[in-house]
Amino acid sequence: MTTVRPPIFDFDDAFFWEGATEQKLLIRRCGECDTLRHPPTPMCAICGSTNNQTTQSAGNGIILTWIVSQHPTEPDAEPRIVILVQLDEGTRIVSNLIDVAPTHDQVLNDKRVEVCFVDYDGTVLPQFRLAEVQP
Amino acid sequence: MSQTRAVIAGIGHTEFSQNSGRSTLQLAAEASRDAIRDAGFSPAEVDGTVTFSMDTNDELALIRTIGVPILRFCARTRGGGGGASATVQLAAAAVESGQADAVLVYRAFNERSAHRFGQPVQANPDPAWNWASPFSLNTPAKVYSLTFQRYMYEFGLTNEDFGRYTVVARDWASTNPNAQFYERPITLQDHQDSRWIVEPILRKLDCCLESDGGVALLITSAERAADHGADAVPILASSAIQLEGGHEMFAYYYEDLCEYPEGRVLGQQLFNQAGITADDIDVAMIYENFSPIVFLQLEAFGFCGRGEASDFIKDGHIGRGGSLPVNTNGGLLGEGYIHGMNNIVEGVRQLRGASANQISGAEHVLVSAGRSGIILGR
Repeated sequence: MTTVRPPIFDFDDAFFWEGATEQKLLIRRCGECDTLRHPPTPMCAICGSTNNQTTQSAGNGIILTWIVSQHPTEPDAEPRIVILVQLDEGTRIVSNLIDVAPTHDQVLNDKRVEVCFVDYDGTVLPQFRLAEVQP
Repeated sequence: MSQTRAVIAGIGHTEFSQNSGRSTLQLAAEASRDAIRDAGFSPAEVDGTVTFSMDTNDELALIRTIGVPILRFCARTRGGGGGASATVQLAAAAVESGQADAVLVYRAFNERSAHRFGQPVQANPDPAWNWASPFSLNTPAKVYSLTFQRYMYEFGLTNEDFGRYTVVARDWASTNPNAQFYERPITLQDHQDSRWIVEPILRKLDCCLESDGGVALLITSAERAADHGADAVPILASSAIQLEGGHEMFAYYYEDLCEYPEGRVLGQQLFNQAGITADDIDVAMIYENFSPIVFLQLEAFGFCGRGEASDFIKDGHIGRGGSLPVNTNGGLLGEGYIHGMNNIVEGVRQLRGASANQISGAEHVLVSAGRSGIILGR
């Protein structure tokens, strides 16, 4: 049984976790110049605007890098694949790859993935599955 | 160039151990007392301090413990071990600007017998962890491995390649009486027999040696040091680099995941300040929480090309008799992990001709903590 360390909601990122509970992968977007940024910040570094909006990601991207995470005694005693995803929208996000055996003897770099959402005992996280069509 | 040249006039440290059996304040005080005495100073002459933001030893507690009557300059570095060499930068800036005459740099902790950095975070220490720990990135080994994996993938490396660094570090440590792995060299097979921490990236022997201990430095002007008869080592360059898009531990958002951009900029800054090139460095002390970070820094500073660190190490460049001896005290894997500060002590010893593994004729030593660094020289 996978247990997760829940995020601590912060002014600047609560929208992301609330979005996840509604099955939406949200990215912070500047309301003035449309620049996307993740992890989110409270001001646009391009134009200085604090008109903070969001955009819903289509949830498609590729795995840049990945590890199998396992610790003998901690909540992640159950192995999980941790991935860094390059979303098609341009931003990156750390997440997990599910429905794939958590073994290290495979090559996951550059595989295409698509988002899904999993409720881990009240904490909803965006997670990813391998896309059906690979390049 | 300022008229006053800052120097490291004194070094001090406790033994490095797995259980110091005393408070971190005592460790800080012992190291500080020894650094002040090593410089030929008295505590009453100290008028500034620098330590890490993370250090738990309050300046006021320390000065009443060691007998410093007045401080007129206190500063702390940002971040963690990446700021190790920034302590020297801040102290030198204070001395060269006249804000202080004699700055005590200290760092002490019981990082093995008390709070271990290598253990999983229990709660997110700051919002940046929100983008890691819920997804199971909750230890430094895992956090760093996520970038190391891409580096291995890109250049076709295996954990054996990283092991060759550890073998060299343990060789240096084996002849350094201060090292916790004194007289305990290893073979590559020993490395490959150690258990996985993050398979197939890091084994136990790729990880720094969590340690108890304290280190201190006394930084003053060249003139004052000479007046006190100190065996002073000039600080030829010092810098600390923070880049937009950077995170203290989560280097996931730079375009190129296979380089250490802070290190690249740091190298340029340091070599420009010192008026030398990478070729002029005789000894490199390179902060290594995990062995692969040495590879990334060797490449960032231009000691070898992109993706070439593995061959550079395999060809013997960083060991005994090599063209660029690296971490001649055994480094943080072999001597002990005092948050990088013990590597500065070794840099000073190399230039004093007093290292247990003395490199003859050493004139320029780089001490890098990745995002902060110094060049010491004669």
